Amino acid sequence: MMHTILTLGFAAAVIRITVPYALAALGGTLSERSGVINIALEGLLLIGAFTATMGAYFGHGAIAGVLGGVIGGAAFGALYALLVVTLRGDQIVCGVALNLLADGITRFLLKATFDSSSNSPRIDAWGDVGTRLIALTVVLVALFHAVVYWTPFGLRLRAVGEHPEAAASLGVRPARIRWVALLLAGALAGLGGAWLAADQRQFVAGMSNGRGYIALAAMIFGGWRPARAAAACLLFGLAEAMQIALQAAGVGVPGWAVQMLPYVLTMVTLAGFIGRSHAPRALGRIDDT
Amino acid sequence: MKSILPPLWATLIALAAASALIIAVGGGPLAVYRLLLAGTWGNGYGIGQVLFKTTPLIFTGLSVALALRAGLFNIGAEGQLTVGAFATAMVGLHCAHLPAVVAVPLALVAGALGGALVGAIAGALKAWRGAHEVINTIMLNFIVRAVMVGVGAHLFEREQIHTAPVAASAELPRLSRFIPGLHGSAANASLFIAVAVALAAWWLVERTRAGFRLRAVGASPDAAATSGISVPRVQFFALALSGAVAGLVGANFVLGYKHYYEDGFSGGIGYMGIAVAVLGRSRPLGVVLAALLFGTLSQGALAVNAVVPKELVDVMTAVIIFSVAAAAPSVRRRLEAAA
Amino acid sequence: MSEAATATASGGPPAEAIGCSHVWTRFGAVVANRDVSLSVMRGEVHAVIGENGAGKSTLMRALYGMHPPDAGEVRIGGEIIARPSVPAAIARKVGMVHQHFMLVPTLTAAENVVLGREPWRGPFVDLRRAEREIGELSERFGLRVEPRRLVSSLSVGEAQRVEIVKVLWRGADVLILDEPTAVLTPLEVGELFGVLRELVADGKTVVLVTHKLDEVLQLATRVTVMRRGEVVGSLDPRNTTAGELARTMVGRDLVAAPPRPIFAGESRERLRVEGLTVTRDDGTRALDDVSLSVRGGEILGVAGVEGNGQSELTLAIAGVIAQRSGRILVDGHDVSHDSVRARRDRGVAHVPEDRHARGVVLGFSIADNVRLGDDALDGAKLAKVTRSVIDRLDVRPPEPRATMATLSGGNQQKVVVGRELSREHGVLVCAQPTRGVDVGAIERIHAEIAHARVAGKAVLLVSADLDELFALADRIGVLFRGRVVGCVDNVPERRAELRGEIAALMLGAGT
Repeated sequence: MMHTILTLGFAAAVIRITVPYALAALGGTLSERSGVINIALEGLLLIGAFTATMGAYFGHGAIAGVLGGVIGGAAFGALYALLVVTLRGDQIVCGVALNLLADGITRFLLKATFDSSSNSPRIDAWGDVGTRLIALTVVLVALFHAVVYWTPFGLRLRAVGEHPEAAASLGVRPARIRWVALLLAGALAGLGGAWLAADQRQFVAGMSNGRGYIALAAMIFGGWRPARAAAACLLFGLAEAMQIALQAAGVGVPGWAVQMLPYVLTMVTLAGFIGRSHAPRALGRIDDT
Repeated sequence: MKSILPPLWATLIALAAASALIIAVGGGPLAVYRLLLAGTWGNGYGIGQVLFKTTPLIFTGLSVALALRAGLFNIGAEGQLTVGAFATAMVGLHCAHLPAVVAVPLALVAGALGGALVGAIAGALKAWRGAHEVINTIMLNFIVRAVMVGVGAHLFEREQIHTAPVAASAELPRLSRFIPGLHGSAANASLFIAVAVALAAWWLVERTRAGFRLRAVGASPDAAATSGISVPRVQFFALALSGAVAGLVGANFVLGYKHYYEDGFSGGIGYMGIAVAVLGRSRPLGVVLAALLFGTLSQGALAVNAVVPKELVDVMTAVIIFSVAAAAPSVRRRLEAAA
Repeated sequence: MSEAATATASGGPPAEAIGCSHVWTRFGAVVANRDVSLSVMRGEVHAVIGENGAGKSTLMRALYGMHPPDAGEVRIGGEIIARPSVPAAIARKVGMVHQHFMLVPTLTAAENVVLGREPWRGPFVDLRRAEREIGELSERFGLRVEPRRLVSSLSVGEAQRVEIVKVLWRGADVLILDEPTAVLTPLEVGELFGVLRELVADGKTVVLVTHKLDEVLQLATRVTVMRRGEVVGSLDPRNTTAGELARTMVGRDLVAAPPRPIFAGESRERLRVEGLTVTRDDGTRALDDVSLSVRGGEILGVAGVEGNGQSELTLAIAGVIAQRSGRILVDGHDVSHDSVRARRDRGVAHVPEDRHARGVVLGFSIADNVRLGDDALDGAKLAKVTRSVIDRLDVRPPEPRATMATLSGGNQQKVVVGRELSREHGVLVCAQPTRGVDVGAIERIHAEIAHARVAGKAVLLVSADLDELFALADRIGVLFRGRVVGCVDNVPERRAELRGEIAALMLGAGT
């Protein structure tokens, strides 16, 4: 069994599993660092997967597909921003609602477009875009790490998530920063969805399958820092790949126990049993700034 | 009175969105709505099905609403109702020698306890570790799902994905047995239990000391703490109670319909409960009415499926939820400015 | 007015640095600024003084653009600002140091200073340049700011200096400081004054909002006095005395108080605090080994500059926050580890400092707010108690079902005081009971507190309002840096003298 793990194939499997988590978690980090809770990552992934599929199908190519995913995700992110930043709706409720909306509308359009309740047709136009997306993901994680900690936008983002009044007193507008953060989050998660669609070569109803919540868990476990969140995603991806490999090899750890791992770890972290998890102080609060 | 505005707005917006979608796929909105009404309130069987779908939504809606009154978000109704329904099935299974008047309450209590257990975990973590209940209840949903996979592997009947049937004494009769006009639809006596629980919830929150404390903590935890109310205890109790009410969903599906616990029976009613609670403004009467609306939509979806994908209703549900959520602050602001 | 404000004939900079005319600002029914006109000349240290609630902060926010006035004109450098806003003020070289710091705790000092106006090096923030510039400013004005330190690790005095560097770095020529010394030690106050003198020597203008007369006398070149939202005087502090300033501020001669009725029964100790120590989140001590004793029929007043432990004192006695060490005894019973409810059952009544956060539930009715005092009350009993509170304290509107949010601050506070005193109690702990409350309500609340005294209760009255303490208390203690630094008997004939003694104690002279 050891030789199963130490192969390139296993490493590839880990990375394949990690990519959508990492992109969604990156988006979630940006959003929550600006002070907006983002339960809607699940929905963003799903919408991205669908719009990517539509893009690849009607645009006859991987580029159109990837663009479709990114734009679809950003648009959905804009809806979320409209609801919670501009209209100041409750972030939890709207996040849950958007997840329901994503599931409903993708199934609806799937039926209407492809006349199927379960999946779109297979799209070979995706080609081998997978490897390039992996590279892109790594670049994006590094890029946003730099953005958040070293650029003016990143400084303002962190300020707005901790003490929006202080930022406002200096002429920085929290609402604007949050809009940008949510658009970016949508685009990133949408890209993650595009990866899913490309990897499976089709859209399957409900294909996000809880990944958005795992990304949320990874973000929390990674202390709301881009690089650490990505590392947490890798950890979860590793666990998942191991579980699959073990099951294939017929070894004992039950699949459902491994599946539980990210969730249990998150609960333990939140309860403060593993270090102090420090959420951005203004998270969830949208006052009159 | 003022709190009716957001739900009204929301329903209108949802109708507009739905109509747009219908037109986009080449249908006619009016025809679709007529079909929807015909398939639900237009015939006896439809009415029965609507009531059947309304019942669990009353439970999950109340569950979320009770937590909301205490200032807490219970997104975990899905996991709580799963454990509750499973407990109901397991206890009901062993009630063969008990009369119905003992078997049914016993099975229900098991369901409530099962749901309460899950709710209590999130409650304890919130109350005594300060951990946000939103994430924890979502995490618990997934944990329950994973655990049930393991449990199912051992306990389910071979080749099937459900438990053994409950004893006859634990069954709840279908309403169509007494009202022939309902033509054998799935609506059952658990509807009365749901309404009774709604009344009990109203009485608890508005008329008892415990309910006062709940409302105080929900309105202002600091003021409540300063007055001597134990905020952690109230929060724990609220989430446990919330879980217990969700756990009663088993009454509808397990005792009143299939008579066993089946994997995936829920189909998302835990999350729908959020919609019901939000639309019903967290008041028991509102919850019952909102549950009726969503029950209608749920059954109506099946009726229109020939013409327009049934997922239209899921879209409408989502639009209603966030429309209420987004409309509420703006309505409040406008009313304050006018005052 | 405008001649002095606009440029001089030789074309030099305008003589007026910042000013306003006929400014009105209302918050609901309360008029915070009433027809206020102010003119601050370049190079002045202009103090704006007044008691709490006089409207000083509101005026400053109007000048700075944070809260534009409802009516009136705001001028910066002689130029009328049509639409006052913070960016407009900053662009015209006005900077404000707020009473409650606007600093992001998880960022460094340098990051806080440059936020919103970051220097660039390519796509990145040029922190090195920022640190260098901050270092230079810091050097020049004696501010000793370490750019790389996290704000969360700074002391109050250090954080304030970061705020000052923040406005200086943006090129401020006019600095508005809102109650800057409220939370500083005497040493830090001295350092701040040194900095301000350096700034003025450099040609800058300082507007200083304060309620502390001695600061005014030490530092200011001009004083504007505000009272109840209006300007009541403009003086040269070098030609006036503290007494005259105080009188202008307070607006009435301090008459001798009428003799007060006393409690006729046997007077025994009802509240005892021994060695109470309360620590804050960052480990510093909010209360340091505090001991006090209050007898039945006595009111012990506690004076002190806000932030010296007053909030913690009442919250710790009520049981809302826990102490690190020390004992609290009520009528002889040790309640040190009892819950809030248990202490209330033992007879502790508590009027909390922060009415909105802790005292009332704004969304509840008056009746439900009365019920907060004792949740066993219900139905007919609750109605009776509510009616009694409304009648005795003259709560308006006198409607038990009215929502608390619709009541004025004074009426809300009356409900809180009334409900606390309606319960069985032996010890009454009040913190700032008349803050933000109108005159009529103040009288009612004072009457209730005085009544509690006559009825034999032990009353601990924490207040930033010395006149309130003089009117009600038998003894007045002073909290400074979490310690009790003195206690004087409130003898009416010695009031002026006592005022001086207490003021000195409040500033740490007693240590």
